[in-house]
Amino acid sequence: MPATAATREATLAARALSKRFGNRTALRDVSFELYPGELVAIIGPNGAGKTTLLSILAGIQAPSSGEVSSPVGRKVGWVPQQPAVYSKLSVAENLRLFARLEKLSDPEQAVERMLDQTELRERSGDEVGRLSGGNQQRVNVAVGLLGEPAALLLDEPTSSLDPRQRERLWGFIAALAGRGTTVAYATHNVVEAERYADRVLVLADGELLFSGTPAEFERAVGGRGRDFEAAFVRFLDEHGH
Amino acid sequence: MRWLLVKDLQILRRSPLLVALLVIYPVTLALIIGFALSSPPGKPKVAFLTQVPKGHGRIHFGSQNINLSSYTKQLFESIQPIVVHSRAQAIADVRSGRSLAALIVPSDIPEQIQNLVTTGVGSPTVQLILNTKDPVERQFADQAIEARLNEVDQAVSKQVLRVAVVDLQQVLSGGSIQFFGQSFQLLGLRDSRALLRRVIAALPARSPLRAELGRVVGFADLAIQGLAFANPVLGSIGTPLTVDQTELSGRTTPTATYAVTIAVIFSLMLVTLLLAAGMLALEREEHAFARLVRGLVSPGALLAEKAVLAGGCAAAAAILMAAGVSTFVPLDWSRFPLWVVALAAAGIAFGALGVAIGGLAREVRAASLLAFMLSLPVAFVALVPAASVSGGVKSLLDAVAFVFPFKPALDAANNAFSATAPAIGWPLVHLVGLAIVFGGVARLAVRRLAE
Repeated sequence: MPATAATREATLAARALSKRFGNRTALRDVSFELYPGELVAIIGPNGAGKTTLLSILAGIQAPSSGEVSSPVGRKVGWVPQQPAVYSKLSVAENLRLFARLEKLSDPEQAVERMLDQTELRERSGDEVGRLSGGNQQRVNVAVGLLGEPAALLLDEPTSSLDPRQRERLWGFIAALAGRGTTVAYATHNVVEAERYADRVLVLADGELLFSGTPAEFERAVGGRGRDFEAAFVRFLDEHGH
Repeated sequence: MRWLLVKDLQILRRSPLLVALLVIYPVTLALIIGFALSSPPGKPKVAFLTQVPKGHGRIHFGSQNINLSSYTKQLFESIQPIVVHSRAQAIADVRSGRSLAALIVPSDIPEQIQNLVTTGVGSPTVQLILNTKDPVERQFADQAIEARLNEVDQAVSKQVLRVAVVDLQQVLSGGSIQFFGQSFQLLGLRDSRALLRRVIAALPARSPLRAELGRVVGFADLAIQGLAFANPVLGSIGTPLTVDQTELSGRTTPTATYAVTIAVIFSLMLVTLLLAAGMLALEREEHAFARLVRGLVSPGALLAEKAVLAGGCAAAAAILMAAGVSTFVPLDWSRFPLWVVALAAAGIAFGALGVAIGGLAREVRAASLLAFMLSLPVAFVALVPAASVSGGVKSLLDAVAFVFPFKPALDAANNAFSATAPAIGWPLVHLVGLAIVFGGVARLAVRRLAE
């Protein structure tokens, strides 16, 4: 269930974020807040600035101006688009390595927890390179969750998965949000945003054009029974993108 | 850093082909070099045709004989002769590769030498036929045979000089000589002069012959003085120049040891660069770099881990290689701790260069290619002898060699292996300096990797 500013403290807050690469502006004056248990989709066409925004939220890149804030001690997990794990190591070895690098107090316990949570126990001894794309992505997500972060940021998490694998992954992510983890994911698949997100942030050419529920977004673009993807394209056209 | 090292070692353990190449390559190189250095080239096979009829190989010189067949035997000690019986057969042998060269001694060589030693005119000539297909083999055969023929040439010259000196001595002092099997007593200039003086003393005081014979005695005096000088002068012609060699920098490294040092350092460089550049680029290819440097590991620690891993593994392989080669070529085992220090320092410096390459190239394939392409000119530049290029070019090459770790690594290992090169301290300082510089370059390069 989505939370609101009135009831809970934000897990992550972006204030007036801008990012420039030379003469090109990737983000301009983007502000929003993410709340506990919220599942937020950041949608937009290619080059809209989704990955840049997630990278800044994750602390990989610094903004040119603006700031990202989160309550002290709240960890932010990050899951890059491509599985950022070692294909020559087994599932358990990858989890153990990152648990040790995270300096967790009990790495073995964290590994066991993630094997159960991602339902990868049976494949724990298999090299990641031998797993299916879906399972590799689950290991990727599991690494992002090792430190039990308050917020998890996922960049295009289902882009390389088949429909069955997507369904399983969304089930897993929804369960995370259900346990109170803030989840924000970037996607250009507007159907996934409509189906799984509690809130949608629409980015185009680095500008935040909209923030609201999928239903509110459909109403904002007319809401005359069109499907969500058509509404999205129309919305971008109307805003000159 | 510890867990990253463990992780990389696990990855290497699961890449058996890569590890096998990294181990087999230096070991094979070591064995090849060791075998080559411990097996000097054998006698070259040379087709040999003498057209001198049997029994006609003697040269008469004054009262002495020179037998050419004894010099042929000397020549055969240096070559592996394949005796042929015609010029066509000699050429066919060389063409087919059965012989590296053919040496043809013409039938009139005794007359040519005889003419030279009696009249001083002429240039006795033997014919050498070489196969020009392979320039390296051609040079080897050419040098080997030419060197042997020069030895024979010198031996004949010395023999002629010896005969000349003996004959001059007899002209001066007289003695017994053999001529056509008979023994003759030669009077000699000194005895002739003494005889003439006695004859002059016996002549009447007013005899006109006194003055005439006095002139002959004067001539004999001059001739005796002149020939007394001729003796040592002729003797000196055989060895006109003696080289008195002085080493200014103490002992020099034996050639074989230096060759081993080059092989070890080249292997160390190649393995380290490939491993460091490849392992860093792999972090990006596995998309893990950004995840790692997002608070888990600092970029500096990550680079240091790659440099230590690559340099350490390659240094261990280089030590094994040196130990293997030492069964063929003497290396100073009493300086083993310095082997470790020199190779470890070299490994770290090459490791730093490797991570700089890995950071710049970003992809494993591009990083490997760049590492390989850089290795060859870096080694070449450091190995160009000073005397083989002009001063300006040498200064330029020295400057280039200075900014890469190959030259200081070679100097450090050279000292460690044989104690004959200059002190090891400066090369070690140089290597540490280069490690810091390339580490800085790598640090700048990997800033882009996280983007």
